[in-house]
Amino acid sequence: MSERLPRPTSLWEYANPRRFMAFSGFLLPFVAAGTVAALVIGLVWGFFFTPDDYRQGSTVKIIYIHVPSAMVAINAWLMMLVASLIWLIRRHHVSALAAKAAAPVGATMTLIALATGAIWGQPMWGTWWAWDPRLTSFLVLFLFYLGYMALWAAIENDDTAAELTSVLCIVGSVFAVLSRYALVFWNQGLHQGASLSLDKEENVSDVFYWPLLLCLAGFVGFFVLLILVRTRTEVRARRMRALQARERMT
Amino acid sequence: MELIVSDLAVVRGGMRVLEGVNFRVSSGTALVLRGPNGIGKTTLLRTLAGLQLADEGAVAPGPEAMAYASHADGNKGTLSVSENLEFWASLHGVDDISVALREFNMEALEARPAGSLSAGQKRRLGLARMAVTGRRIWLFDEPTVSLDVDSVALFADAVRRHLGQGGLAVIATHIDLGLEGEVLQLGPFKAEAPEDHHEDFHEAFL
Amino acid sequence: MIALLKRDLALSVRAGGGFGLALAFFLIVVTLTPFAVGPNSATLSTIAAGILWLGALLSCLLSLDRILALDYEDGALELLATAPIPMEGVATIKALAHWLTTGLPLTLAAPAFGVLLNLPPEGFLWLTISLAIGTPALSVVGTFGAALTVGLKRGGLLLSLIVLPLYVPTLIFGAEVARRGAEGMAFETPLALLAGITLATVALLPFASAAAIRINLR
Repeated sequence: MSERLPRPTSLWEYANPRRFMAFSGFLLPFVAAGTVAALVIGLVWGFFFTPDDYRQGSTVKIIYIHVPSAMVAINAWLMMLVASLIWLIRRHHVSALAAKAAAPVGATMTLIALATGAIWGQPMWGTWWAWDPRLTSFLVLFLFYLGYMALWAAIENDDTAAELTSVLCIVGSVFAVLSRYALVFWNQGLHQGASLSLDKEENVSDVFYWPLLLCLAGFVGFFVLLILVRTRTEVRARRMRALQARERMT
Repeated sequence: MELIVSDLAVVRGGMRVLEGVNFRVSSGTALVLRGPNGIGKTTLLRTLAGLQLADEGAVAPGPEAMAYASHADGNKGTLSVSENLEFWASLHGVDDISVALREFNMEALEARPAGSLSAGQKRRLGLARMAVTGRRIWLFDEPTVSLDVDSVALFADAVRRHLGQGGLAVIATHIDLGLEGEVLQLGPFKAEAPEDHHEDFHEAFL
Repeated sequence: MIALLKRDLALSVRAGGGFGLALAFFLIVVTLTPFAVGPNSATLSTIAAGILWLGALLSCLLSLDRILALDYEDGALELLATAPIPMEGVATIKALAHWLTTGLPLTLAAPAFGVLLNLPPEGFLWLTISLAIGTPALSVVGTFGAALTVGLKRGGLLLSLIVLPLYVPTLIFGAEVARRGAEGMAFETPLALLAGITLATVALLPFASAAAIRINLR
């Protein structure tokens, strides 16, 4: 385990579990430090050093949790899709394990986005919940996460589980996009437009923009951190099971 | 026609269960697989039938020449004996099931629902299915379980006729069927991960 | 492949095949609905189209785990995999057999159940049409779910958890057609989208189902 690994010649070599463990172990403290710094600065700046919105009052400050968690919730699924494709095409075990690791994080972020949305919605729209397409699609996204995690949990054989969940993730992605458009068609909603986008026209104003960007970076860092830790745990669990299997056979 | 298996290796659950399997079976002969339980006889047969992927090595010809009889027969209790056989026959593009019925002495049972047959009769129905596949290579996994002495002789005769028509068979069994051919004794394989970690980054959890 | 369809249909109508169970379940859902929401005919009339769609969907769900599990348990699925028909064909035929024994009877029974729920007269035609177009997608998606969970001992609940989110688009557009039809509104767009989803799932999903079956047989 401790002998030196040769220099990688291709990016894919980081998919080697041993190389992944070495590299992610080296990376972890830096990601952790960056995440803590971005989250602390972003949240403190956002909560205490920005003015209240003239219309929404101090409730607007929940944006610093709501928007980043919502973005991570969607992009976690996207990451799972990419990881599933990599597993199906190139058969790197770490990729499948990273997808497995991302699901509970994504599901939790979806819940946070839903909960903060409800807390924000109550004073703004006068209701905790409305069957608005954005809210509803997050609820549906949560259901997709639940099904995906349940399938991982139900299958005993690790490789079979990786294969089947990858297939489900790909098919589920198509249906998630379909559901999104179906929901927009089904009910035009209350939710405001995008908070952040590349063309500045519809963005939130500048005072909120920079702390929000920091919080966003913090949440993404947090996501990466959790994925690294969880994937490392999964790799170790796989090693343990491989050792047990070898023990049984000799 | 000849069945050629060269350097076959199969991995299941991250562990090699078969390694370096080599054999040839030529037309008109049968190969009998022997070895203790759990040594990989079923895995070998499933690999030949195309149900299990091989990690290394080659099997020629491919699965489309093989008919496989596993422990489970796949016959439906609510369908009659002839309905079951007709189904498998038409899947394989074969019209006539009378030969199969005769060879396995099922003619008197033709109209009976498969669910009402005894264990041995069910087994015979499962084996008769092989005769309606029209395939040259027959693969059997413990075919004589729950068969009485007469039925075993019936089965051996059916296989012998198949061999006589230029077919071949691979049979995992402990009973001496008196067939023309060789015996392959499967031995234990090294249960170890591949030697070189850096080359093989698929299985390098250890 | 015709042989497989014939066998599956024969199995479903013989003893223990479960034909008609979904229909009976549908009737029970429709009967229980007024007990839950009250016998007010105006209320029932507004929710009739939606309840009928939801009832049909749940009845469909009920029989999904039988699509592949029985063949898996007795080894027939493994033998089908070695037979000279592609697994995609098997998945398609299985879905077709499920639709013929579940979706089609539900579609034909829905107008009769519509009477029980006081469905407006204009709604009958479009309810039937939307079910006829939408239920094939339910069977095909359900077959995919069954293929994913076929190797599991107690896959029934998991199957529902996986399949129900995938039913969202079909349910939305299907119920929308039925609802708009009943209210005399324009329904061309949801109808086209519903048909599009059904055609796309019928064309593409058997490949995913076949892949899942192969993985489970390995």
